[in-house]
Amino acid sequence: MVAPEESMKIIVGGKFKDYPEGLRLSALIRQENVETPEYVTVALNDDFVEAAAFDEIALKEGDSVEFLYFMGGGGE
Amino acid sequence: MSFSNEQLERYSRHIILKEIGIKGQKKLSAASVLIIGAGGLGAPAALYLAAAGVGRIGIADADRVDLSNLQRQIIHGTNDLGKEKAESAAESMRAVNPETRVETHVCFVSAANIGALIAGYDFVLDGTDNFPAKFLINDACVLAKKPFSHAGIIRFRGQLMTYVPGAGPCYRCAFKEPPPPDAVPTCSQAGVVGAMAGVIGSLQAMEAVKYFTGAGELLTGALLTYDALAQEFRKIRLPRREACGVCGSNPTITAPFDYPGAVCEVAP
Repeated sequence: MVAPEESMKIIVGGKFKDYPEGLRLSALIRQENVETPEYVTVALNDDFVEAAAFDEIALKEGDSVEFLYFMGGGGE
Repeated sequence: MSFSNEQLERYSRHIILKEIGIKGQKKLSAASVLIIGAGGLGAPAALYLAAAGVGRIGIADADRVDLSNLQRQIIHGTNDLGKEKAESAAESMRAVNPETRVETHVCFVSAANIGALIAGYDFVLDGTDNFPAKFLINDACVLAKKPFSHAGIIRFRGQLMTYVPGAGPCYRCAFKEPPPPDAVPTCSQAGVVGAMAGVIGSLQAMEAVKYFTGAGELLTGALLTYDALAQEFRKIRLPRREACGVCGSNPTITAPFDYPGAVCEVAP
């Protein structure tokens, strides 16, 4: 018997979501279908995360993740 | 200075507010704002700030009014097609409020002129349509210790933040550097709802009014995002980035500079 994967609640963009415990930040970015993921800014618990660390960071219960997107329009 | 009866009537809905009052209205009369870009964001911001009685408003834009602008740039009318945007905007602003001194700057904003441009104003409002310009405005304002409002819009989304020297992060703290050209879509490629420019440009004007009058809290240390499809506003806390290239503890950017392609390719 394989133990069922433990799930955790994290907050993504202000909303509670269930994800498997220990999910990597890079996997979350994929699962959340982040637009132009190579140019997204990520804040984890109110601190910016460098893109190089996306693969290393394992998310924990209660973590809050924000995706900040480039928006370049306004004039023309 | 004291207000005439006509001025008291014109600004009566401000003056009646305890957060503004006569005192706040006088601050607006003494204030100056530079709006960079007389486009989607600049249009409502310029109209509201002129109507609000901001004493002096500069409007910088090198472009002319084009038919595809009119879906959202409500400061320009069909009769303005082909006119310089800065001039067309100034006409509308003077029509709304002849008391506001409007200064036009028909030029591309670049590293060569931005320092002199912003030096003449108390507050800067970024209404540009491209990343090189947005980073240029950020860097120049941070280096000159000039408060400014940043905003961007695309499709059904918009966002804005306010930089005040010594009070929180700058745009570069969050976004580091411009994405490569065409990596992130622009409004001309992806579209934008006209009213989105109205919502976000008006919020920028609101930030300027609050900055001058001291009313409430500014969007310093926060990014306000608006998703029109979900009809949802969110205020996301923004930390400072210690290693920020311009406002961090060891800045590498010590003078404003142009990213390649910024000047010839796009108008501010």
